[in-house]
Parts: sequence; C-alpha cells; structure tokens
Amino acid sequence: MFKIVDARFLGPGVKQLEIEAPRVARKQLPGQFVIVRIHEAGERIPLTIKASDAARGTITLVVQSIGKTTSLLNELGAGDTLLDVVGPLGRASEIEPYGTCVVIGGGVGTAIALPTARALHEASNRVIAILGARTRDLVILEDEVRAVTDEVFVMTDDGSAGEKGLVTDKLRELVATSKIDYVLAIGPVPMMRAVADVTRDLGIKTMVSLNSIMIDGTGMCGGCRVLIGKESKFACVDGPEFDAHDVDFKVLQQRNAMYRESEREALAHFNEHRSEEVERARGGCAHA
Amino acid sequence: MPNTVPNKERMKMPRQHMPEREPLQRCHSFEEVNLGFHPALVREEALRCLACAKPTCTTGCPVGVKVKDFVSLIIDGDYLGAAAKIREDNALPAITGRVCPQEDQCEGGCVMTKRVDSLAIGHLERFVADYERQTGQVGIPTNAPATGKRVAIVGSGPAGLSAAGDLVQKGHGVRVFEALHEIGGVLVYGIPEFRLPKDIVRQEVDVLRRMGVEFETNVVIGKTVTVDELLSEEGYDAIFVATGAGLPRFLGVPGENLNGVYSANEFLTRVNLMRAYRFPEFDQPVYDCRGKDVVVVGGGNTAMDSVRTALRLGARRATLVYRRGEAEMPARKEEVKHAREEGVAFEMLTNPVEMLGDEHGWLTGVRCVRMELGEPDADGRRSPVPVPGSEVVIEASVVIVAAGTGANPIVQSTTPDLKTNRRNYIEADPETLRTSKRGVFAGGDIVTGGATVILAMGAGRKAARAIDAYLSEPMW
Repeated sequence: MFKIVDARFLGPGVKQLEIEAPRVARKQLPGQFVIVRIHEAGERIPLTIKASDAARGTITLVVQSIGKTTSLLNELGAGDTLLDVVGPLGRASEIEPYGTCVVIGGGVGTAIALPTARALHEASNRVIAILGARTRDLVILEDEVRAVTDEVFVMTDDGSAGEKGLVTDKLRELVATSKIDYVLAIGPVPMMRAVADVTRDLGIKTMVSLNSIMIDGTGMCGGCRVLIGKESKFACVDGPEFDAHDVDFKVLQQRNAMYRESEREALAHFNEHRSEEVERARGGCAHA
Repeated sequence: MPNTVPNKERMKMPRQHMPEREPLQRCHSFEEVNLGFHPALVREEALRCLACAKPTCTTGCPVGVKVKDFVSLIIDGDYLGAAAKIREDNALPAITGRVCPQEDQCEGGCVMTKRVDSLAIGHLERFVADYERQTGQVGIPTNAPATGKRVAIVGSGPAGLSAAGDLVQKGHGVRVFEALHEIGGVLVYGIPEFRLPKDIVRQEVDVLRRMGVEFETNVVIGKTVTVDELLSEEGYDAIFVATGAGLPRFLGVPGENLNGVYSANEFLTRVNLMRAYRFPEFDQPVYDCRGKDVVVVGGGNTAMDSVRTALRLGARRATLVYRRGEAEMPARKEEVKHAREEGVAFEMLTNPVEMLGDEHGWLTGVRCVRMELGEPDADGRRSPVPVPGSEVVIEASVVIVAAGTGANPIVQSTTPDLKTNRRNYIEADPETLRTSKRGVFAGGDIVTGGATVILAMGAGRKAARAIDAYLSEPMW
C-alpha cells in the first residue's frame, strides 16, 4: 500500500498527490514515470513523476481527471492509499548543456516537463518555458516553473492569462528572433505534433514525451508500441521521450483511441456510482 | 498395501479419462475445463502403474518427481502422503498437474506407452495436490536451521517460486521480487483461468509464504533497485535472476500497429492478470470480441490459450493460423484437442504477410500466404516455404500474435558485468547456472528462451542447489 501524504488541487480537475513510495523516490530521474493501480479491481495507468523527495520517501504526481481512474484519483486525499505504485520506469530525459532550451508544457504536461526543465537549468542551459492552457484556471505550476527557468511565457486560448494564442505562436516567435538549440514539448498529441512541425525544417533537436496506453510498463506486453521513423518502439522501455521529428503522431493518436468506447462506458459508470466507487477506493476492499 | 493386480492385468486396464466440462458450455466460460479425478477413478488409474525397477517417468521429469513412490501411496489411500512425496521435488504440484506437457516428459517415458496408453501421471498428481489443498492439510516441509544467509530472487514465475521453495527449506532467508502487482509471473498473467485457476496459484504461493519465503511486489529489478544494489546496500549473499522471456515478438509485417493487433502477452495480460473479461466490474478493458472474427497467429500453448480466450470473450469465429502443419505444433496435445472441440478453426500451413486496416487505423483482416513444408532446418523441423500465388485474406477485427518472445532487457542493461549471448539472453553455466557475475545465478526462460513451466521449475531447483553450495563455500 502506498499512502497519500498530501493532496491539493492545482486547478479544476487537476490534482497534485504526494505519495509515500520510498524505493521510487530514491531512484527517480526527470522524465521517468510510475504505473499505479488504485484498488483490486483497478486498471494500471502510467503517470509521469513531477518530483521526488528521497529524504521524505515520497514522489509527487499531478493528475488531470479525464477517464475513470484519473477521476477517482482526483477524489482521493491525504491518508488514502493506492494499492500499487511501481517505478521509476522508462528512460530519463537526456540532460546536456545544449545552450538555449525551450520547454513547452501543455495543460497538465507542465507538471511532467517541470523536472526536466529544472535539470536542464541546473546543467547551465538557458531555459525558456512556454505554458499553454485553454484558460487561466488551467495554467498550473507557473511559480514553480518560474523558479527553475530564465523566462516564462503563458499562452491561453481565450487570452485570460498571459497572451492569447497557441504555444506554437510563441515558439515561432522565439525561433525567428533567437537561436534555440533544444525544445522539449509535453502535452496533448496535437500540440506536440504542431511543435514538431515548427522545429523540423529548422533542424532544432526536439523531444516529446509520449503518453501511449500501457499495462506492465516493463516491455512485456507491447501495447505501448509507437512508430518511430520506420521502427516500432515500446514507449515504456525505449521512451517515454522520443525525437519529435521521428514520431508518427498519427499512429499514436489512432492507438490511443483504441479503448475510447470502454473508457466512455467506465467513466459513465463511475459518474453514476461516484460515491460507492470512492468509498471502495478508500476502503481498499477487494472487489473479487 | 502393495498393488495386488498382476502386471499382465494392469496392462489391460484402460487409462481413465479426465472428466471435462462440455465443449459447448465451457467455450463461453472461464471456469476450469478439466474437472479432476474422482477418488474411485484415481485408484483405478493408480493400479495401472507397473512400478518399474528403472522408472523412466522420474528420469523424464525435469524436477525428478518420484512417480512410482507417490502412486504407491495413492494405492494405499494415503493421498496426503502422496502429495508430500511430490512436494519433496516439486514446489507447485497443483500447477504442474495442470499445465505440464506430460506426454513429452513423465508420461512420455512411461513404459506402457509402447503397448497401451501411458499412466495418467499428471492427472494423479493434480488429484493429490487438490486433495491436500481442499482438505486444508498441506504438508509444510520442515526447514533446516537458519543459516543467516539471504538470497534475492528476481521474478516470481515458476523458476523463481521453485528456487524459493528449495532455498527456504535449506535454511536461507529468501525474498522474491516481482515487477507486477501479483505473484506468479506467467502463471497469473499468461495462463488463463480456464486452464489454471488463479486461486490455485495464490494458494501455492501461500504455502511458500508459510514456509517463510518473503515476497515484494511492484519492484522492477534494474529500475526500482539494481542487482548491484541488492548485493551491496541490501546485503544479499546471492541472487537468482528468473525474469522470464517477457518481450513480445511481432511478425514484422506491414500493419502491425493497427488497432486490434495484439501481442499474445498483452491480450492475455489484459484478460488474466487484469480480469478484463469482467469489465466494467474490473477497470482494464480488452477489445470487445463479441460477434467479431479473431485470428491468432502461432502454434504453441500461448496461441492455444489466446484463441480459446477469444472464444470465451464471445468471438463469432476464432481461427488459428500456423505456418507449419498440425503435427508440428509445439502446443500440448490436450490443448489442441480442447481447442478443436470448442470450435476453433485451424488454418494450418498458412502465414500472415500483411495486416489490413480501414482508413481510421482499425484492423479489417489478415492477408496470408499458404505454405508447404520444405527441407528440415537446423532443429530437424521441416521449414515452411510459401506457395506462390496462394494468397488469401482472412477477415478479422482482432489479430493476436503468439509467435514467441525474446529476452526482456531490463536486468541485463542495468547490470554491466552480466554476460549475455547475441540474442541478449543471460549466459549461465548449464550445471550450476552461474553467470559471469559473482554471486549471481540465472535460469528459466531468461537463459533458455521461451520454454515450459516445468523446465523453468527444473532450472529453479538446479539454481537452488548451486546457490546453497555457493553459500556454504563462496567460491566463484
């Protein structure tokens, strides 16, 4: 059992959970993820680690409620437990002195990009962050990003915070006016694809973190396979970060849609039985 | 009470058949197919044993179960004694009694096969193991006095469990690390409920726990903690790496990224480990096979498990596509028989060349070519060659690729001084299972490549013997 020691909302439907997982906390590097399962009847889902504290023996995850499991995680608080947390999985971000780096976080992607942004900054890169969101409430962790970067731009679809526009509008502006050596983009698939399109012809090294569907997270099932160049790779062990210019985003998006019907059904069922579902997760009781 | 039936008469007694659920009923159910022997059948069957002076059944068994001794205890009516006799050599009798390819091992060695049917050793083993479990009288062997030595076992599949049972009996402290959330490895993620109920695995694991074996789930050795850290910071005196062959192999044909194409590992893990057949009661989904056409590629036990699982998920038509002929299929004979009875369609000498899909990336069918058997290859098996102009399209919404597995690389890539072969399996001495790294032993599928539960258990026993010797005299 893995105890939640702290929980708070960063925005509507976006919750930060600090979880006791001492073995993971000791080893975590930026870019790595864990797989969690809430209770006996739960599914396994991958979540990238925002931060870890080896001394406290905790890791921090940021979860946006989208499907059933993420919605349930949004209902949990300090004192609740997760049945399974395994990791840290995947390869760590490649941190080098690149020069000037642009780190782009779309929505909850900001939480995932944060540790890599910090590491890049510590490796004496100049780090510019672009945070994108639909609206002001969904811009998360701005202060924490500011603390580990040299410059931060906020972009919202409705202009309610920062500038009105897309992260790629700002990126285009930056690459036109200064020399950018490295870009990291983490967020929705269309955003990552758009970023790749901006930097491709300019030859700027661009990495993206792929959120494909996983079960074991150790290379055993092959469900998370993504097309990189002409080669099939497993996001869980070969990634999750890949060179954006080699990623076949169409295949990624298509494969991520594989269980859309089931996901809808599970979420509808959850919304109908929300209190029992939360109760079950809290009780940690078996549902066999 | 000795067997009073004269040998000549014994040869005339027919082999008892395992009672089974009706094919048309069971093909919609995940309940176990084989129902187990009744005590009356058990005695009838046990009396057939010729009690050979040189028991080739025992030499044919990878863990050397003393077959004629336990069969003689069955004749005496001492089922618990028979089970205890098996446990001296086999830590998981209720499991091996269900999943071993007995026809190639103990029963293959049975002298009666020359004239009549072999003794049903697997069914007898299963009976006594079930009897002791159902009566709650599992004989826990006594452990030797504690040695103070500690052994870490990486992986809780059959190799790891078997080694754990032997090592804890020798008085060593044993901790088994498992990457997944449930103990059992392939026994829980791979082999379906209808062939091996998960309750049985859980109870066999509980026996080991009561013997003193510690288990820790959610630890990926190489990621959560490395082999070197186990030896240094965590203070283990020896390590047995038994991570299995967990890396699915795909066919390398166009279209394998289409939605609806699974590795057998993924399909079976979703259904077995994650209980997707009970979605939405359990959260993890699997492609809804109801009323759909499903094609499974391969001829081994994993292919049989996949195709029979697809039927149980409601597939309209479940087809097995294999590039060689039925005689060449590596699956257990019983699985092939069961699959056929349940209505699986067999397309032998057929090989997929392309997965076909619609404009949204969903699978619609498999283009296959017919094959014929050519010259024998290095293994002596006749290798299939395509027949020109023989292409056919088999419609399918789901394709499950059960074409074997490779070596999972996580331990090897994080343990720099661990030697591997060119296919990235770990190199280990065939007798002692020692690797290139002091204190580290390896066995099971991660050394041999994909094999069977019982061969992995044999490797586990061998490792336990070698580790025990190393712990008393730590020479490398």
